[in-house]
Amino acid sequence: MSWARNVLRVNFAKGTCAPEPLNMKWAGEFLGQRGLATKYFIEEVSPKVDPLAPENKLIFATGPLTGTMASTGGRYSVITKGALTGAIACSNSGGYWGAELKMAGWDMVIFEGKSPKPVYLKIENDKAELIDASDIWGKTVWQTEEILKKKHQDPQARVSSIGRAGETGCLYAGVINDLHRAAGRSGVGTVMGSKNLKAIIVRGTKGVGNIRDMKGFMSAVAAGKKVLADNAVTGQGLPKFGTQVLMNVINEIGALPTRNHRDIQFEGAHDISGEAMHEKRRTDGKANLVTNQACFGCTIACGRISKIDETHFTVINKPQYWGASGGLEYEAAWALGAANGVNDLEALTYANFICNEDGFDPISFGATVGAVMELYEMGVLKKEQLGIEAPFGSAKALTYFAEMTAKGEGFGKEIGLGSKRLCEKYGHPDLSMTVKGQEFPAYDSRGIQGMGLTYATSNRGACHLRSYTVASEVLGIPIKTDPLETEGKPALVKAFQDATAVFDSAGICLFTSFAWTLADVAPQLQAACEGDWSLDNLAVVGERIWNLERQFNLSAGLTAADDKLPKRLLSEPAKTGPAKGKVNELGKMLPEYYQVRGWSPDGRPTAETLKRLGLPA
Amino acid sequence: MMNSLHIDPSKCTGCLQCEMACSYENYGVFAPAKSRIKIFDFHETGRKVPYTCTQCDEAWCMHACPVNAITVDRATGAKVVNEATCVGCKVCTIACPFGTVNYVQDTGKVQKCDLCGGKPACAEACPTSAITYINADWTGLDRMRMWAGKLDSQSLAGNA
Repeated sequence: MSWARNVLRVNFAKGTCAPEPLNMKWAGEFLGQRGLATKYFIEEVSPKVDPLAPENKLIFATGPLTGTMASTGGRYSVITKGALTGAIACSNSGGYWGAELKMAGWDMVIFEGKSPKPVYLKIENDKAELIDASDIWGKTVWQTEEILKKKHQDPQARVSSIGRAGETGCLYAGVINDLHRAAGRSGVGTVMGSKNLKAIIVRGTKGVGNIRDMKGFMSAVAAGKKVLADNAVTGQGLPKFGTQVLMNVINEIGALPTRNHRDIQFEGAHDISGEAMHEKRRTDGKANLVTNQACFGCTIACGRISKIDETHFTVINKPQYWGASGGLEYEAAWALGAANGVNDLEALTYANFICNEDGFDPISFGATVGAVMELYEMGVLKKEQLGIEAPFGSAKALTYFAEMTAKGEGFGKEIGLGSKRLCEKYGHPDLSMTVKGQEFPAYDSRGIQGMGLTYATSNRGACHLRSYTVASEVLGIPIKTDPLETEGKPALVKAFQDATAVFDSAGICLFTSFAWTLADVAPQLQAACEGDWSLDNLAVVGERIWNLERQFNLSAGLTAADDKLPKRLLSEPAKTGPAKGKVNELGKMLPEYYQVRGWSPDGRPTAETLKRLGLPA
Repeated sequence: MMNSLHIDPSKCTGCLQCEMACSYENYGVFAPAKSRIKIFDFHETGRKVPYTCTQCDEAWCMHACPVNAITVDRATGAKVVNEATCVGCKVCTIACPFGTVNYVQDTGKVQKCDLCGGKPACAEACPTSAITYINADWTGLDRMRMWAGKLDSQSLAGNA
């Protein structure tokens, strides 16, 4: 069965932590983690809820493969109504925390209401209690973890927490576990902060043992690992370069958004690439990258551990940043770098450390700084209000803004609102590179057409992790399609969206999908869990989850009009590279997408589609 | 030929597959908390180090045990805890200089690595060969080969 079959319900108003059995009927329909927690959320929370109101709930959820030997089986997700987006939010994280929660005997924790004062939750196997957090409120993520482990005399416990950004209302605050793994997007950490919940410390010694067919499971797991090891991306590229393997590739195909999407190629791309992280610095002869690191159970190990040059201006006389910590992934390197025209690898690494230390999303932050720099160059924003000169390319401005956003001080307070609200406030809403209020990640949809449709229709706002058609359009996984063509993209996007929903609900990492298809996942799930987890049914489960999220967003007040892209991408042609002269042709793809989804021309699932998927109308 | 566990920390990624394999082998569950091999993550330096019993020949734990509960597996050389004999006195945990024999509250006995009877599950599960089970006399062979190779290329470069 593999689910722990236990849900922990924490009610802040009553101060209670109560166990309840997992709804196994729903588990059979929605699998776990993203799908199952979204089902719980939608059943319990009004879609019209203000994300920061006590009535919004916050769910930390594992999947059935979390805490098992399935490769990458250590994931958890945080589900809520997003503070940044007002849409369904589901942010996924690795590290060790998710597996620890499962091993304590819990599938998920549901938080409801708002605590009258700051608290943290302590879970030790069956025991769960809320504890006064006045000693850690106002502390960073890194301090919080250290203090809690010391206080409870348990160096083996795992901590998930918010930093100061989550306390001071940054709308894209994330939840950080194990110092630098993040449920980063859409402001799930902001919601956590709004509930006065600072941290969850977990120790689980029971383990996961209720596998349906253990022998079959171990052989399916071994087969899955072999596929990952033999694949060039998961077996070689990702361990060596991390996701940063993409920086030069995406720049060359002309899809690296640069300077708030003014440009589509960055002249400094190599300086901030995965290759550059391996090169010895001129200053101290050491490389930025110290080693790679795995999350729990992961046989890929794409994580980056970096050390900043101690003589770099960002950390001079700041020895607390001289140690090794979570280094740049591709999205962060892009958002902090190319999006702002900054090519200083050490400065980006520092800004990334700050994002981890105080818990905010480097994508949304970096992209918002891109908008600030454009507004500065236009003369709309001035040095006096920003506190610093902020032209594109300024590493000093970038790192200064990171520090201010972490603390929620000065202009950092406004940067913390995200690019949509900031650009609206200063009279240039068109300069916000967002969908549904969330900033784009690192792929320009003028150069990769399918990603335009991906962004426009993503249920959590602009995001690459809802259908990574880059895999097909650039890397040829599972089949190569032309990134500059729109034909066939609606069906491609749908297929990626549905499959991704399954990966995100199973407890495994989406990066396995560079090598695995659902045909590799199905045998592992089928051996672990009761129920029908055949390939055919998994495709339906994925589509069901996608439509469930869509239904929530429609009920929340979003419409087809929100399935859009900023004007810049639709009307300002790419200036250079293979996509030169191209805009994104969303208009060609969207109507067909609605059609292949079985939705009405105004983007609503038809009664027939809902019936086919077993969803209530 | 006798084999021993050989650990190369520089290859460890911290995935904990070994810890899960160990707990599964001995308790039938995936539970790093029950594992006899531990990964230590020194995050300040980025180093991750797998650590477990190295099966000392003159094992302190074995000699300290007052009831002779720790005996040698002749086939593998492993020092094995006989749970039926162990009285949970914990003297072996004090005697061991390395901390690799530990008390288990659930059973009231001590546990330590027993090399899984000659097929260590941790080594099989390790995806990067940070943990291998190789000829006990030649655990340094790969490292010797690596340095020998460097010497060779340097002397060639010197001659050129």
